[in-house]
Amino acid sequence: MTNVTARVSTDPPKKIKQGSFFRVMAQQKYLYFMSIPFVIWAFVFSYLPLWGWTMAFQKFRPGRGFFEQEWVGFDNFRMLFEDPMFYQVLRNTLAMSVLGLIAGFTVPILFAILLNEVRQMAVKRFVQTISYLPHFVSWVVVAGIVSKMLATDGTVNDLLLSLGLIDEPIQYLAKGNLFWFIVTGAELWKEMGWNAIIYLAAIAGISPELYEAAKVDGANRIQQIWHVTLPGIRTTFIILLIMSIGHLISIGFEKQFLLGNTLVSDYSQVLDLYALNYGLSMGRFSFGTAINMFNSAISIALLLAANGIFKRMTKESIF
Amino acid sequence: MTIRQMLSARWSLFDIVVYVVLAFVTVITLYPFLNVLAISLNDSTDSVRGGLTIFPRQFTLNNYETIFAFSGLITGLKISVLRTVVGTLLGLIAASMLAFTISRVEFQARRFVSTFLAMTMYVSGGLIPFYILIRDLNMMGTFAVYVLPGLVSAFNVFIIRSFIDGIPFALQESAKLDGANDWTIYWRVILPLTKPALATIALFLAVGQWNAWFDTYLYNGMAHHLTTLQFELMKVLQSTQLNVDQFRGQNMNEVMRRISPESVRMAITIVVTVPILVVYPFLQRYFVQGMTLGAVKA
Repeated sequence: MTNVTARVSTDPPKKIKQGSFFRVMAQQKYLYFMSIPFVIWAFVFSYLPLWGWTMAFQKFRPGRGFFEQEWVGFDNFRMLFEDPMFYQVLRNTLAMSVLGLIAGFTVPILFAILLNEVRQMAVKRFVQTISYLPHFVSWVVVAGIVSKMLATDGTVNDLLLSLGLIDEPIQYLAKGNLFWFIVTGAELWKEMGWNAIIYLAAIAGISPELYEAAKVDGANRIQQIWHVTLPGIRTTFIILLIMSIGHLISIGFEKQFLLGNTLVSDYSQVLDLYALNYGLSMGRFSFGTAINMFNSAISIALLLAANGIFKRMTKESIF
Repeated sequence: MTIRQMLSARWSLFDIVVYVVLAFVTVITLYPFLNVLAISLNDSTDSVRGGLTIFPRQFTLNNYETIFAFSGLITGLKISVLRTVVGTLLGLIAASMLAFTISRVEFQARRFVSTFLAMTMYVSGGLIPFYILIRDLNMMGTFAVYVLPGLVSAFNVFIIRSFIDGIPFALQESAKLDGANDWTIYWRVILPLTKPALATIALFLAVGQWNAWFDTYLYNGMAHHLTTLQFELMKVLQSTQLNVDQFRGQNMNEVMRRISPESVRMAITIVVTVPILVVYPFLQRYFVQGMTLGAVKA
């Protein structure tokens, strides 16, 4: 690092800066060759789609040039906000994301804390290894497994029948009012172990002296967890929480797409699926884009709001 | 000292609660996989009776024979393997090169490149503009659609970059004194030293590629020679009745007699899952390290 500062300070004075820019550029040609192609790539696939947002203000017809499109102002948004389906979809999106947020934070933290209390390394490693497993399996596979487990001849029904808790098998995936909880449960099953990694890392970073001190003060293990472990993972928790709130509305649609069916569509349709079904599949590109834009706008607003609130409340923030 | 005293000395009530909960988690996580495996290995007419747990009752490999006669499966397997290999390699090259350039403090375009990349984590046009872009680029129905759009991932770049920052800069300096140019430094110094980070990213990329199905659904659903294994599984899982037309070159009555949709579904599920189960224990060490690194930076 010192070499670099030295070189910068010996740069010739401002006058010939122009010339030196290209000279340095020539010196750094490999660095340019190694980054510029990928920057262009990122431009095409990340920034160029933003241009597509103009479609939301058009009555987009494929095959026409940009200037030949018919501009309709906010008509697509008006149509969106007047669609009763939109509010149902928004409700489903928020319900599933809030449930996911609550379960997705409390359970992995609890799991990490319990795992940390295991003294036998072999046991700890074994449980941890098993717990990551579902994270690496695709949602297609998880959806298959979940629907098998919840099928009329599946494990859940078998278990409940043999315990005498129910008299006949229940078709869980055909019940709309259960759908949100099934999705949340499936997500939890898949990601709990994986999400715990971050907390385990944070816990590992807590100084053992703090635990020693707590022990000297007579704290039992639950008190140690409460007064040492939990405060120790606070920063990690808040940063992850802010980021998750930013993603609250864009929860994706894989789970809902794969686990849902026509019987539960009143509860399973989320914003992205709505854009897919009512925008893309029907060729109403402009309407779909308006949904996408609404989605992005809310995400950014939520992220900023969460960041602001936590900044004020806890002095922790991501920016 | 009696056994009971030994136990009570070592095991508090708290320990017991911890162990019971963790045992429960382990069972809940593993059982569904074992159950699916048992069904896939069980005679399909027998499976219909229900009550299978983690052992097959009437062991058979018929279900697997059936699905490998399924025309989409072999193609799917080939395409899935190909996209995983190509996608992982290209993704690694992109991420490591970008990480190397933005780790060099004296690089003129460093600030521009890293800001430009960081922004891609927050901006996204959404599904439909992206779809239109892919269509306008004539990438529908091509293999490229599997690897090019997701080539550059800012998150991966920043993970590798933070790893490179941990390598003493003096190594690069001395290589330079020995007459190495930036390319040689990247190739000979940085790449060998970043192996643990590269392994992590390779795992993420490979799992992502292997598990992807939506891009096939969206762009290549009609291109039968390009459909992936996950997509085939998705189709089978989504259809309530198996489409018998998909079974080629087999005596139809024979097929009809042998298959129960359930067993076939479970067998495909296992075929799709096994590669992941095989590689993941070996890479575990790396991804935990990588995740932690990413978490600290992010």
